[in-house]
Amino acid sequence: MKDTFDQNAPRKAWMGLLAKAPEGRIAALLDATIARPGFTWLRAPEIGSTMVRARAGAVGAPFNLGEMTVTRCALTLETGEVGHAYIQGRRKADAEAAALVDALMQTGAADRLRKAVLEPLEAESAAAKAARAAKAAATKVDFFTMVRGED
Amino acid sequence: MYVAVKGGERAIENAHAWLAEERRGDTSIAELSVAQIREQLSLAVDRVMAEGSLYDPDLAALAIKQARGDLIEAIFLIRAYRTTLPRFGASEPVDTGAMACDRRISATFKDLPGGQVLGPTFDYTHRLLDFKLVADGEVPDAPTRDPEPGDVPHVTDFLNREGLIEEAPQDDTPPSDLTRQPLEMPAERALRLQALTRADEGFTLGLAYSTQRGYARNHAFVGELRIGAVPVEMDIPELGFAVEIGEVTLTECETINQFKGSKTQPPQFTRGYGLVFGQSERKAISMALVDRALRWEELGEDFEGAPAQDAEFVLYHADNIQATGFLEHIKLPHYVDFQSELELVRKLRREAGADQVQEAAE
Repeated sequence: MKDTFDQNAPRKAWMGLLAKAPEGRIAALLDATIARPGFTWLRAPEIGSTMVRARAGAVGAPFNLGEMTVTRCALTLETGEVGHAYIQGRRKADAEAAALVDALMQTGAADRLRKAVLEPLEAESAAAKAARAAKAAATKVDFFTMVRGED
Repeated sequence: MYVAVKGGERAIENAHAWLAEERRGDTSIAELSVAQIREQLSLAVDRVMAEGSLYDPDLAALAIKQARGDLIEAIFLIRAYRTTLPRFGASEPVDTGAMACDRRISATFKDLPGGQVLGPTFDYTHRLLDFKLVADGEVPDAPTRDPEPGDVPHVTDFLNREGLIEEAPQDDTPPSDLTRQPLEMPAERALRLQALTRADEGFTLGLAYSTQRGYARNHAFVGELRIGAVPVEMDIPELGFAVEIGEVTLTECETINQFKGSKTQPPQFTRGYGLVFGQSERKAISMALVDRALRWEELGEDFEGAPAQDAEFVLYHADNIQATGFLEHIKLPHYVDFQSELELVRKLRREAGADQVQEAAE
């Protein structure tokens, strides 16, 4: 199984989590945990778009559905680690915080950040999803058959 | 012939100042915030995102405020903004099978895995004005229930297992993009779907309705309609792998349509597909019906001369920004064009008048 393990999986997971965090939330959790380290920009925060694709009939050939706004940036810590962020919306401050967490997750601070930033974000995201799913479940139809008239 | 003229600057400035004042309305009434529009007029926001072809609820809400609620004007603002954005790339095709469904219904199967989930729907309301909304009202919390674990598979998957519905073969050719190349005929299905998903809702609805009334009838059942959030994943070249960059709410409609079969195909059901940004099932169902009508040629059906079958007619008239641009340009000064028409009509009338005088004399 070792051969098939995706070594990028943990980073993919935290980058996805950071991209979907509510506005200002990463910065609040990050700044409550550690002082922001010095860094230089590899790519200053920049707003652009991504073309969202889908498949005809959900499973067939791809087509272009429309674009979404995205903010991206990349930075290098003084200790050399490179952090990237690609996040939905026009949110330069959030992109900076996300790239910092991405870089710091490659340093000795990773365990602290996992506990103080990633795990709370994950729990909040799961709670929001569960709350919506519970409301949807309450609107699920329970069919029952009426007693028929004939004997 | 075009002739440059100057003038009107002050009138234009003053018109814009008055527009700003009219937009604000009565200042004794609280101003509407962009966040209020985003949260409380969310279906208008969804329409602007879908037809503006840019998913960003805050921008769509701003556009609605700026356009004084004129949604086509708001869509115009979003389209114009979109052209200023550098494009970072294209996403992996979204997986609507993995959608976190707010709503999921099927008109073809009563009992299906995942069940019939109504979601926050207007269906079954009595369409009576609710005067309680005039007063500020606290809304009670919506009831909840523990969700059942398990996937919510697409209805067409079960039909496909029996071979009763046409295959939709997966293929990974990058699709053409009508925002990059002009839309030319014949348009492949990927281009038609892109044009339809951003098409005017009213135009698409009218065409879809025409197929139900018999202009290229295709006997559509709503196999499934689902609304919910799906993650968007994009390949990041500098990392060499794909990451989730966000989440979009989509409405998807899959229709199951009758098909008699052809020389090469046994009788089976066929598919129409609608997928739209935001919550908009009227648009998604309309898109699926029109998509199916446009597929007559690849399915070996007859062209009945119906508008909904005519790809050139549908695709070249479905975009409300193109349409409104051309339509509204005729209100702009055409003084010189009209002057020449005026001269021509006067001349023709003089000639016709001379003829009449001649006839009377004879």
